[in-house]
Amino acid sequence: MAENVIEVKEVEKTYYRDRMPIPVLRGLSLAVPEGDFVALMGPSGSGKTTLLNLIAGIDRPDKGRIIVAGTDLGTLPEGQLAKWRSRHIGFVFQFYNLLPVLTASGNVELPLLLTKLSKKERRDHVRAALELVGLGDRMSHSPRQLSGGQEQRVAIARALVTDPTVIVADEPTGDLDKQSATEILDLLGRLNKEFHKTVVMVTHDPRAAERARVVHHLDKGELD
Amino acid sequence: MNILRLVFLNALRHKLRTALTIMGIAVAVLAFGLLRTVIGAWYTGVASAAPDRLVSRSKISITFTLPIAQKEKIARVPGVEGVTFGTWFGGVYKDPKNFFAQVAIEGPVTFAFFPEILVDPEAVKTFGAERNAAIVGSALAERFGWKVGDTVRLVGTIYPGDWDFVIRGIYRGRDEATDVGTFYFNWNTIEQRMAQESPGRMGQIGWWIIKIDDPARAATISKAVDTEFDNSSDETLTETEAAFQQSFVAMAGTIIVSLQIISVLIVGVILLVAANTMAMTARERLSEYAVLKTLGFGAGHILGLIAGESLMIAGLGGVLGVLLLFPAVEGVAQGLKAWFPAFPVDPATFVLAAVAAFVVGALAAVFPAWRAMKVSIVDGLRRID
Ligand SMILES: Nc1ncnc2c1ncn2[C@@H]1O[C@H](COP(=O)(O)OP(=O)(O)OP(=O)(O)O)[C@@H](O)[C@H]1O
Ligand SMILES: [Mg+2]
Repeated sequence: MAENVIEVKEVEKTYYRDRMPIPVLRGLSLAVPEGDFVALMGPSGSGKTTLLNLIAGIDRPDKGRIIVAGTDLGTLPEGQLAKWRSRHIGFVFQFYNLLPVLTASGNVELPLLLTKLSKKERRDHVRAALELVGLGDRMSHSPRQLSGGQEQRVAIARALVTDPTVIVADEPTGDLDKQSATEILDLLGRLNKEFHKTVVMVTHDPRAAERARVVHHLDKGELD
Repeated sequence: MNILRLVFLNALRHKLRTALTIMGIAVAVLAFGLLRTVIGAWYTGVASAAPDRLVSRSKISITFTLPIAQKEKIARVPGVEGVTFGTWFGGVYKDPKNFFAQVAIEGPVTFAFFPEILVDPEAVKTFGAERNAAIVGSALAERFGWKVGDTVRLVGTIYPGDWDFVIRGIYRGRDEATDVGTFYFNWNTIEQRMAQESPGRMGQIGWWIIKIDDPARAATISKAVDTEFDNSSDETLTETEAAFQQSFVAMAGTIIVSLQIISVLIVGVILLVAANTMAMTARERLSEYAVLKTLGFGAGHILGLIAGESLMIAGLGGVLGVLLLFPAVEGVAQGLKAWFPAFPVDPATFVLAAVAAFVVGALAAVFPAWRAMKVSIVDGLRRID
């Protein structure tokens, strides 16, 4: 059994809306071995996105520990957490979240601006990533000129270009037609199998969940 | 691709909004510069005043005349090197709108008191020889298309009747601040007409122009002159030429203060225009900033993006405004020639405009940037999800 790359221990998270507490996660624990492909399912509002955000280090728990890629995220101050994210996490959003003013290659290059790579090295990485997602011929297209599926593939290229430890995806096919969804799932599957990336994916779609090795069901802030 | 390019692309995103903001800032900078230039013009007369000249006028009011008989007494005051005089004529050339200063002077000798007035000595000689000769400033000649030899008819208001003068010379200024908009003629012309029409008004002049030997003793000499006429029916008030001109400026004091306040308010207006644009912009992009933060960009990068865009817009507006300032000042100078000798654009105005644009650009970014940095990634992302 491979070592756990993600360990979520006894995590609690409560949001407040108009001073009303909304308990989302109540003492949740989860371990994901390196190289695994995990799907998180569950009804709307069950806390899937919340859990994913905690793993990705863009939100912090009220209680409990989160250890990802050997780092206890609770020990990192904001600035270092940002640096840590840029090195270890590739994030894929449901609505792609590409910057509309940048071309496909500009968007993929964004996370590389935080590295020490030279301009040429960056360009090579960007090309490789876009070719990997099958968009080598769309480098200079703007997001507006791309289909939803293509946009999501650019987003995946952006997530993998820094060679992160973990790829997290929040309903990556939620906004796509069947054909595009299949392409995206194939792509995530390849990243997992060929490139040995650990993938954590939130989804509502049972066919998407089939691609994962493990499926966790989340209900009322607890795993089944 | 780099961050700067992203700043640039972001600014071009809403072209109309950006263009309107840049133009708004440009217009405000232009108005600011124009106001400051006009305020500056009020003071150029004061700045060009000679320190070794005193002006003595009726203590009651500048509109009261003084008897020519005072000349001898003033000339004898210790420290006085020479005395001459001027008298306000106040005539109308064709139309009251064609306002310009007309001053009756003692004669050619008066020009010797004003080294800043550059005029052909031959013309001054002719001026002395011909009773109805006039010497006029170059700006005035240009304004009305006058040439040497032209006859100019003024209709008197203080001294009734038609008055015909022949232009015998056109003077230039030694420097920009010198007034080149005055019409000089011989006081004797008035005197002779008064002898026929109202002898009671003879022997009256407007103000004394006194050259002194030592500017440092201006106050003492002024006092000595005034003491000379204490308790007479024509008491004088003597002061330096600078103070004399300052008193004209002081009459306009409230106007100037309002102009100064307005120029400061204008900077406030630009700030609001720019701040509004940046607030809208940053608000629309909160989710994009959240994405950038997710990718690992820090608060400093977000600040750079917003402040960079804000400074770029304010900077472009500032540059455009200053570029427009030149033709605008030129136009205003044409229109106000009669009132102001010169309209130099003070270099300090550029510096102030640049500083104002920079401060506006920086300040306009503060609130949006603070907000964008403060919003948590999760909240930023939820704005579209
Ligand atoms: N930043 C926040 N502020 C307040 N409440 C929040 C916040 N984020 C999530 N919540 C609330 O927490 C609960 C869990 O939200 P979460 O987004 O994790 O659910 P989810 O399982 O991802 O749902 P969905 O399937 O609809 O995406 C919901 O009730 C949600 O309204
Ligand atoms: Mg969700």
